[in-house]
Parts: sequence; C-alpha cells; structure tokens
Amino acid sequence: MAKLLELRNVTKIFKGGTVALDDVSFSIESDSPGIVAIAGESGSGKTTLGMMALGFLEPTQGEVLYKGKNVHNLSNKERVAFRKEVQAVFQDPFAVYNPFYKVDHILEVPIQKFKLATSKAVAKAMIEEALVTVGLRPQEILGRYPHQLSGGQRQRLVVARAMLLKPQLLIADEPVSMVDASLRATILESLYTLNREFGIPILYITHDLTTAYHISDHIIILYRGSIMEAGEVDPVIKNPQHPYTQLLIDSIPWPDLQRRWGEKEIIIPDGAKAAEPNRGCKFADRCLHVMPICRESPPPLFQPNQAQIAACYLYDSAPTLAKEEVGTLFSSKNLAYSSPG
Amino acid sequence: MSDYVLQVKDLDVHYFTDAGIIEAANKVSFNLRPGERLGLVGESGSGKSTTALGILRMIKSPGRIAGGEVLLDGIDLTKISEEEMRLVRGSQVSMVPQGAMNSLNPVLRINDQIMDAMIDHGLNISKAEMRERAAKALQAVELDPRIGEMYPHELSGGMKQRACIAISIVMSPKVIIADEPTSALDVITQRQVMQTIGNLQERMGSAVILIGHDMGLMAQFVDRLAVMYAGRLVEIGTVKHMFTDPLHPYTRLLIESLPRLDAKGEFHGIPGITPSLLELPPGCVFNTRCPQAMELCSQRIPRILNKGSERQVACHLYENGV
Repeated sequence: MAKLLELRNVTKIFKGGTVALDDVSFSIESDSPGIVAIAGESGSGKTTLGMMALGFLEPTQGEVLYKGKNVHNLSNKERVAFRKEVQAVFQDPFAVYNPFYKVDHILEVPIQKFKLATSKAVAKAMIEEALVTVGLRPQEILGRYPHQLSGGQRQRLVVARAMLLKPQLLIADEPVSMVDASLRATILESLYTLNREFGIPILYITHDLTTAYHISDHIIILYRGSIMEAGEVDPVIKNPQHPYTQLLIDSIPWPDLQRRWGEKEIIIPDGAKAAEPNRGCKFADRCLHVMPICRESPPPLFQPNQAQIAACYLYDSAPTLAKEEVGTLFSSKNLAYSSPG
Repeated sequence: MSDYVLQVKDLDVHYFTDAGIIEAANKVSFNLRPGERLGLVGESGSGKSTTALGILRMIKSPGRIAGGEVLLDGIDLTKISEEEMRLVRGSQVSMVPQGAMNSLNPVLRINDQIMDAMIDHGLNISKAEMRERAAKALQAVELDPRIGEMYPHELSGGMKQRACIAISIVMSPKVIIADEPTSALDVITQRQVMQTIGNLQERMGSAVILIGHDMGLMAQFVDRLAVMYAGRLVEIGTVKHMFTDPLHPYTRLLIESLPRLDAKGEFHGIPGITPSLLELPPGCVFNTRCPQAMELCSQRIPRILNKGSERQVACHLYENGV
C-alpha cells in the first residue's frame, strides 16, 4: 500500500498559543481512492489541516508527506508536480476569481503553466471536456465574466479546473457551504463523479455531517484539534461511539419528519472549570459520561469494532490503534461495516 | 377580530435601481396565528428577508413597499406614522438578526443594550426595575444574569446570539421574526439557540417566523412552511404536507435535493439556475427550470390556489384540479 498523503503527528500552534491541531496523524492511500471527510465545528482545526495538506501552512511539529516526501522540502521540480497533482476547491466561489478577467482565464492559466496542451485547439477541447464533466455547458460559460455566473456555476467551474489537471488528490474545503440548497446536490455529485469515475481520492472538509455522510466513504471527527472518532462513514453516523459524535449527530436537524431532533442533554461547561488546565480529554467538561480518568490523561484511540475508532475511555476494554495507524481504517477495499437493512 | 395575529396581504417590495425595477417581493400573502411557528424558505435572492424587512418597514432606499397590507391585530402597519411604527418594532414585532457577532454594540455592556430596548419603547419604570427585567430576559434565554455586566467580546457566538434574542424578547412581542438566527453557529449551539427560541415562544405565546434555507431546521422546528422563489410565494402548507406531499414542482425538487439517511450517494440537484430578478421569465417564474412546464406556464402568471384550508399553491398544474 502506497501512502499518497500522510500527516505524521502533526501539531499546529498559532502565534498567541492557539493549538489548532494537536498531534494528528492519518493517511490517504493511493490504491484505495475513496472520499475521506474531515468534519468538525468551527475551531476544530479542519481548515488548518487542509491548509497544511496543501503545503500552505507549515506544521509546528510533525510532518506532512506527499508520496513519502515532506511537502516543505520539495525540490523545484517536485514542487511543480505537487502543485499539479494536488488540487483544491475552496469555500468561497467568489473570492477565487479576478473580476476583470473572463472566467476562461482560470482554465487557461493551468494549461499554460503546466504545458498541458500542444495547441490552442487541444486546449479548447480540454476545457470543454472538463466543463461537461461537471455538468456545465461550455457555450453558456466560456467568454463570460465571473459576475455573470451564479455561485453554483462558479463553484463547478473551480471543480472543472481541478479536473483539467487530472489531479491525484483533491482537497475540497467546505465546497458547498456558500451555495444555495438547490445547487448543492449538483456540486456534490460532480465531486462524487470525479472520485468514482476517475479514481481521484478526495479529502472533503466540512462542518456539515449530512453532506459528509452522503458523499464520503470514511470520516474523521475533529474536536478542538484532536481526533475524537474516525472510521467508515456509515457506522460513525448511524452508530456513533464517542459521546461528542453522539451529541453532534443528535443535534443535526435532519430533513426528515420521522426523526426527533435533539434528545440528548447539552452540558454547558462551567466557566470556572474550563479555566483549569485539563490534561485529559478535551470534551470532558461537556461529556455526559465523564469519569475521573478523562481529566488525567488524553484517551488513546480505542477500536470497539473493525470499522471505527473512538478516543474515549468508555471503550477501554477494546484494543487500541496506534495514532500512526489511523490511515489503515481508510482502505475502502475492505469495508467492514454492512448497513442494517 | 380575526384569528390571526399577523396578516400579510399582497405585499410588494420593489427596488428602484438604475438598471430597472426589481420586484424583490411580489404579491406575498400569508397569515400567522398567535403562537404559531411559520418557516419562510428560499434561496438567496428569493425575497424571504425582503418580506421580513417589509413587515417591519425596514426596507432601505432605493427599495420601498410598493403595495399591499401588513395587518397586525387588524392594524395596517404600512399606513401608520414612522413614530408609531418605531414603537411597534421590538415591542410588538421583533427581529432576531442574522450574524449575532455584528449586531451587538461592542462598547456597551449587554445589560445596557437590553435596557436601551426598554427605554426606546417608552417603558416608564425605574432603573432598578429595568435591571430586574433585563436579568429576567437573560434568564429566559438560559444565560446567567451576570452576563449582563459583560461586553460582547467576552461572550461566545452562541451566547451573543442568545443575548440578541434577550434584547428582542424583553418587550414580550406578539411576533418574533428570526432571520437565519443560527447560520453562523455549529450544530450543537444551533440546537441550543433554537430550543431557547422554542421554549420562550411557548411561554410567551408569541408567533415565530423563521427565515432560512436549511430545510432540516424547518422540518424540526416549524408548524407551517412557506416556500419562496424569485420574489414570489409559490407554496404554503403544514410542514407535514410540504414534506410528504409537495405540490409545487419547485418544492418537490427542493425536498428531493436534500441529503437523506437512507439514500446515500444519490443526488438530485435542481437543473438550471435561478433567474435574475431584473430579467424574470414571462409567466411562472419557475417555468425555465420546471420539468413539468406546459405552454401556459410561459404565458400566464399562475394564480394562488387554495388546496384545502391550510394549503395554497401557485401552479398551473392545479388550475383545473380538485
């Protein structure tokens, strides 16, 4: 198994002492191209993780490896390859465009920079093909300015741009959170198609567990910079093990009248207690099942079943999984969980 | 007296821009019972926030209310003086704004901001009584009254949002309009804030209009749902009817596009794009994206049809039906 992207004990501490990511390890394998979701609320470190995977931020400790090489120590040639092979889709479909250029620009630049086409005609054919893949009609898109397109079209255009480069990894940070509900499904479908038809692994970063459930194969739940739970997406969403994940899933307002919203009690942490240094589990102050040990040392990753792990002492009778081994859960070839019904 | 606390009748809000007249809300009509929870959903630009601002007469130039009535207990708010309207806002119809972080004054303590609302609405009581009432308002939104002595930057996002709710309920309004009150919050805080609004509303007997685009939140919170598209209200009905038997093709597609637990990996996006409000298609505003469009749809604007006592739909498919 070749590791395409690996985060090895990555910690990121920002100026002022904010710990955005706290000793996180996982990997994405190139021979099992699935969609891995990184889910968490604001402040969980999910975007920091994405920025580090893209090499835009350097970890304070640990390393980010692409095909076994540290992304901050690449030779010039390797860096160009990395930039071509790892593509990104960001949250804001407005900010990525220069309003003075026609939208064709963001498709033409990568073709020139990476010398993808031998002639103008070839370049045009490539652009049209990429647009069609994401469900856009080239004649409706090309030659227009960004303000003439809707948010959904602009976001799909960014996906098309990523497509053009035939990437080996796509990192999508909240790609649908600024897009209207009626268009979300279409963009998610483009991403899903990229993965299923072209075998491109995707790191899908989101706060929205309903879309994460919908398109991903595996999921990592982050809370204040640490992995709380990870595994196959079906059991994590349908049968969450960690009390944090349980509270999170219970708080999602599903568009389903049969489902009751929010049956679990929410504990608002006492301000005084939160000020005490806590060497243990970060969720302890809000946890319904808190035990003395939870405040003493951080829980290791217990593996209560084949398909999922939870950093929680409730499962201390289960075997543990070393942090560095989290990636082994994401091999989509052997899904251990079979959905009931 | 009618059974309704609020009646919106054929409300038109138009923006008079250099590029032309934008009909941001076009003949919007709905009724609200005391204590009822109504959801108003639509994409950005559909006119849901415009409708709310129209009710409160807070439309800014170049926009204005171009027609229709807003009856609060039978009194037409579009006809009263600006001074009278100012007293209605906050005390009878209040608004929980979107994005709590920006709507609080950063240099005033929370208590002063709550008391401002009372003073501004002509409440003639002593400072001590006001303080007591502010403390009660904070308790009502499940905040410690001590928070009243703090400044906004000392509070978390969820606390700030609840402080905003405290300000908007301190005068016990009959109608609370909540415009995407939780869009900037994570799901756990969202649930807390929505439960706070729900509990309060039940205790005070106020009606709530919840504006947003999160159909999940609507399914879990409201009694009735109104769907807007390109400035028009296309369907309204009980949340159960709207989710199980949507009539308007747009409502149906919107419901089908939602991610469901039992249909993983299936995507049903709505094809096409929302028309520009400056270049609305003739006839039904949805006809360019509608899979069931007929010739008539691009010729005539559909009337609003009553389909049962709680149900209205604006679609030619139902013109000759039951």
